[in-house]
Amino acid sequence: MRGPAKLLEAARDGWRSHLASMSTRDVTMCDDAAVMAVALEANEVSRDAVRLVTIDPTTDQVAVHAFAALPSLLRAGDLVVVNDAATLPGSLYGRTAAGEDFELRLAAPIEGTRLVGVAFGPGDWRTRTELRGPSPPLPLGSLVRIGSIIAKVRAVEGRRVTLDADEVLDARGVPHEVTSTDAIWQAIYAAGLPVQYAHRAAQLALWTVQTSYAARPWAAEMPSAGRPLTWDVLLAMKRAGIAIASLTHAAGLGSIGDADADRELPWPERYELPERTAAAIAATRVVGGRVIAIGTTVVRALEASGGRAGAGVATLRLDPSYRPEVVDGLVSGLHVPGESHYELLRAFASHARLSRALAVASRAGMSGHELGDTCLIVPRH
Amino acid sequence: MTDWPGVGIKDVEADMKIQGQGVLITGASRGLGRALAEALAVKGAKLALVARDARPLEDLAATIRARGGTAHAIAADVSVKAAVHEIAGRAHGLVGEIGIAIHNASTLGPTPLRLLLDTECEDLAAVLETNLVGPFRLTKILAGAMALRGGGTIVHVSSDAAIEPYPRWGAYGISKAAQDHLSRILAAELDGTGVRILAVDPGEMDTVMHAAAVPEADRTTLQRPAEVAARIVSMIEDEARATSGARLLAPSWSVP
Repeated sequence: MRGPAKLLEAARDGWRSHLASMSTRDVTMCDDAAVMAVALEANEVSRDAVRLVTIDPTTDQVAVHAFAALPSLLRAGDLVVVNDAATLPGSLYGRTAAGEDFELRLAAPIEGTRLVGVAFGPGDWRTRTELRGPSPPLPLGSLVRIGSIIAKVRAVEGRRVTLDADEVLDARGVPHEVTSTDAIWQAIYAAGLPVQYAHRAAQLALWTVQTSYAARPWAAEMPSAGRPLTWDVLLAMKRAGIAIASLTHAAGLGSIGDADADRELPWPERYELPERTAAAIAATRVVGGRVIAIGTTVVRALEASGGRAGAGVATLRLDPSYRPEVVDGLVSGLHVPGESHYELLRAFASHARLSRALAVASRAGMSGHELGDTCLIVPRH
Repeated sequence: MTDWPGVGIKDVEADMKIQGQGVLITGASRGLGRALAEALAVKGAKLALVARDARPLEDLAATIRARGGTAHAIAADVSVKAAVHEIAGRAHGLVGEIGIAIHNASTLGPTPLRLLLDTECEDLAAVLETNLVGPFRLTKILAGAMALRGGGTIVHVSSDAAIEPYPRWGAYGISKAAQDHLSRILAAELDGTGVRILAVDPGEMDTVMHAAAVPEADRTTLQRPAEVAARIVSMIEDEARATSGARLLAPSWSVP
């Protein structure tokens, strides 16, 4: 669970009633963003019911729409870029050679037999990430068992753990050396679930955290700004002359349960930008269209790549001082001050304008949950 | 590009390259699925092979790899909802983007085949899960990514039982008729995205499935799966003749 939901649990109810009694004029006058923002709801919103608050960085205009209005909020000639990474079943429970339980959350794509993730101490998905204890010791070279995988600890740097899945147990419990990665993928999908949210009544199934265009399983958590992009909306954009292109960005974990470590997020993340997407960006520039990123992971990949085709690793940190070179606007979940994603949003709109929009969103009962409502930040010009 | 006498540029551009494409085939361990895997491996496809039985599937993948091809085994049941995202995830993880998906897995239901009034409701439902809902679920995952990329081909293996009301072929015939319509509606909805949806009636083939359905058949009169696979591969390559929404008959398809 990320910031909004965490902050909310303490302060929601009182602020919601207070905000409901305020007039629109009061809200637009209010500049205490931190206070306003904690009143965001923290419920999941079904894909069809997601709303969008529009933020114009050049004016004070803020409006709330159904997400399905997105095609009408953009223009012919604009280009929408999505992250087509599918979400990994990255929450894996394991046991050390000393018999201690831990959870490994994959933080990066699986490469060959190598697994990179964050280890947590015992507990289950109902325990909030920040309350999870540290991992039991994972001595270098020791073996751990995860589902049917026997893996060797290759590196431990802070909370980041690198394992080599060298052996897989068969149905009778006999270990076999891994000769094909087929066995690794089978074992991961058999043992893993997507990273969970502790406040949910039931565990999230893998299909609830996939976008409607997900392809390669590269994402540690869902690139969730694209969750409300149904094919109805995508095809409506296409009919309206809005181009759509994809890239693949290995979205990492949203939280690793430790405030200091969380401040270092996001870690360097792999991306691939196909030729056709680079061509679409160039064509958009020619016609004076705008490049709209669906989600912060797309912003990171587009800015890291400069919009050029190829594979790379995004290391840049996006903050209020960053001047986007490729991205003109974005769709994002609703983020509040204190979250790294909020700092990224400030590269596109000022703190004052974002906080007004958050106030409007909270008055409208919009949700700051990962699987909640969204905002569109795009200049009107 | 200069003009080649007798060969239009349009025809050249209409060829779908199989070399290097990620291809998912269900029901790949035997019969037509196996023949398709072998034919596509020769063309340089990167294969994600799906079937319920692990052993014959892993043997096939190993055989293709030993010949220098790329093939991965995914032992899973397409009729199980929870398995479908696993199949798609593992396939994408193993071969990368999927450009071609062939829904070949299917079940007759209980054999000997029986009249509809003698068919258990649960048996009809199980046939629909494998032959209709499974392919629908898998396409729902794979076609979105194809449409975003602006291209891809999905093939539904059909049957003349989808058209002809053969007595005793009720459960299977109903499932294949519905799958044909699934294919047409998907094609209509994805028109303009570059994704091609085909239904292919392979004709009667000498397979384990055919023997279960028609044990008295004269096998010498049946097509060999490899012949049919070659025609289906030709359809996949020929975007000009095999257009989205079409229902194609393999026995009458001429391979150039």
